[in-house]
Amino acid sequence: MMTLVYTVAALVVLGVVLAVVLYFVAQRFRVVEDPRIDQVESLLPGANCGACGYPGCRGMAEALVSDEDISALYCPVGGTATMKPIAEFLGKAAPEREPEVAVVRCAGSCALKPDGTTVRPRHSHYDGAPSCAIESATYAGDTGCSFGCLGKGDCVVVCAFDAIHINPQTGLPEVIDEKCTSCGKCVKACPKMIIELRRRGPKGRRVFVSCINKDKGAVTRKACEVGCIGCGKCVKVCEFEAITLENNLAYIDPVKCRLCRKCVAECPQNSIIEVGFPTKKPTQSVSQEGLS
Amino acid sequence: MKTFPRGGIHPPSNKLSAGEPIKVLPLPASAVIPLSQHLGAPAVAQVAKGDKVVVGQLIASAGGFVSANVHSPVSGTVTAVEPVANGSGVKVMSVVIAVEGDEWLPTIDRSPNLVTDCRLEPSEIVAKIAEAGIVGMGGATFPTQVKLSPPPGKKAEVLIINGVECEPYLTSDHRIMLEHTSQVIVGVGLIARALGVEKTYIGVENNKPDAIEQLRKVVAEMVRALPHHIEVVPLKVRYPQGGEKQLIAAITGRAVPSMGLPIDVGCVVQNVGTALAVYEAVQKNKPLIERVVTLTGKDIPAPSNFLTRIGTPVSDLIKAAGGLPVDTQKVIGGGPMMGRAMSNIDAPVTKGTSGILVVGPKEASRCAETACIKCGKCVTVCPMALEPYLLSRLTQKQLWSEAEAGAIFDCIECGSCAYTCPARVPLLDWIRLGKTEVNKIIRTRLSC
Repeated sequence: MMTLVYTVAALVVLGVVLAVVLYFVAQRFRVVEDPRIDQVESLLPGANCGACGYPGCRGMAEALVSDEDISALYCPVGGTATMKPIAEFLGKAAPEREPEVAVVRCAGSCALKPDGTTVRPRHSHYDGAPSCAIESATYAGDTGCSFGCLGKGDCVVVCAFDAIHINPQTGLPEVIDEKCTSCGKCVKACPKMIIELRRRGPKGRRVFVSCINKDKGAVTRKACEVGCIGCGKCVKVCEFEAITLENNLAYIDPVKCRLCRKCVAECPQNSIIEVGFPTKKPTQSVSQEGLS
Repeated sequence: MKTFPRGGIHPPSNKLSAGEPIKVLPLPASAVIPLSQHLGAPAVAQVAKGDKVVVGQLIASAGGFVSANVHSPVSGTVTAVEPVANGSGVKVMSVVIAVEGDEWLPTIDRSPNLVTDCRLEPSEIVAKIAEAGIVGMGGATFPTQVKLSPPPGKKAEVLIINGVECEPYLTSDHRIMLEHTSQVIVGVGLIARALGVEKTYIGVENNKPDAIEQLRKVVAEMVRALPHHIEVVPLKVRYPQGGEKQLIAAITGRAVPSMGLPIDVGCVVQNVGTALAVYEAVQKNKPLIERVVTLTGKDIPAPSNFLTRIGTPVSDLIKAAGGLPVDTQKVIGGGPMMGRAMSNIDAPVTKGTSGILVVGPKEASRCAETACIKCGKCVTVCPMALEPYLLSRLTQKQLWSEAEAGAIFDCIECGSCAYTCPARVPLLDWIRLGKTEVNKIIRTRLSC
């Protein structure tokens, strides 16, 4: 009987002592956290993709609460629809940014056309580990174009939103506009730096050069039927000075471009692609169907 | 018999061209000489389009401390200084020369006489080696003069000459040891003199008994002329014995520390081909303009060893060996273990091209990858005591700090793991990628 009493008494005393110790420890090491951080975090999409530059939504929420000026902080996944309520909640000015989307700047399909030719013929067969990073470190690529897409899908692996897929026919990645959150992970993953974040454009309409080949025209033409040869015709036809030509490659400034599409008609290589316009004539190449 | 302590494999040796004497390859119609044939900064071109050049003339000078001079291997007219696709299809700055005749610089001694006498100071020998643009001829192409100038506070005690040639198929070093034995030994003496070492070992695997015998004979003959002791060490056949760290461990028992260099344990390793090039540079004033290249493969009509001018297209060598077999799957620059498949066989032979291997369908096919069954074979064969299955996985998951903790940077890329893997996981492909990423991270950290 006494054993039982001693045991209970000992445990009670131990419990009381530890409770007192814990009370003081808790006082000493208390972390005061702004309750708004939790609330802001719940307003963020919760994708933890890191597109904002912070390790996750929690990090972004902390930054949003602590920074006075939040104009440099932007969640590309949630977009303005997310940022506006957060800014209202915190009583700060909401950052504004044009919604963007990832675009693949290579249209060199390796698929066999009905006439037996290929837009971008393969000259060798890569049988190493299925990774663009490894293939790119091994050699210039399996086609004559050393700038073109390798099609091993490093961009697909990193996409947390299931927004990019390799088209098995063309061997090129295609972006699903509705799913793409412009987090930019695929941009970083691509060893050839083919993917670019561009403005979605009004009603999802945009025009861009779907090529990053910087070789001289003759070399490019041999390697790919739709490669930019740097002829400069688009530069001349553009009335808004939106197109620049550098290193045998044209680039359309999305800010200056007014979507007149004169360059699309002018391009002898069909390297310039229009997306989101009502289809009048089927000029788009197969690889871009997923974009439109 | 000596060998390295850990790991290693026994691939079939397939030394098809071991009995073929070195043949001189005819001059190419046009030579492409890349300005970066070595590790380190690319050389800076000293000629322009339209210039006339002769054999041995300097066409590009070293672009930094770790860099090497480049000399014209042919005489003729420079037709272009522009980026030209190398064996991997990557465009690298090169000098293109249209060959006209074969006119040599008059200062080069082209007589076959053996010159053993050398009264140059060690620093003068190193200067001559640097001038001649000599790089490690085993394939790593590290500029030789840098290896021969140990950093302050470190002293070389042992010189090891690498005559292992553990890569299957390749026989260029074997033929050099047999046919240019005296020159190699004099070259070894010069390197030893430049370093001020007391002891030199020549490591040769015992699948080349004729080379071991020949080297021993010549060393015994020349014992008086030699300034120091040279010992020929037969080694038990095992891949990758020709790796610097493995060779040092096999011969001296010393272990090079992780991320360290051979000089940290008082060793300097040089290839036999480098020793020959050093002899020619110091005693004959001949810069590095040609090298012995093995052109081999099971379906090649006549596997051969060619004395080839740098800049000769690989396709010329293939033609000279009887042409490309119809069902060729791969042409590999280097040996089957560490070489790299070429996508452009018009690419030139460079200072580091020890062999070209033409592979048919049977050997080229890479079987489909299956799941890793954690059998641990890769761990057993890794000569650096790493865990290849883990490192490859960590790379796929981009867990760089874990990969660093697993000493991924110690990988010598010998490929033993991928060779032995029963699941045919391309282990080395992944590890190489991880190694590059981790090295980048380490460098950024060091520069901060």
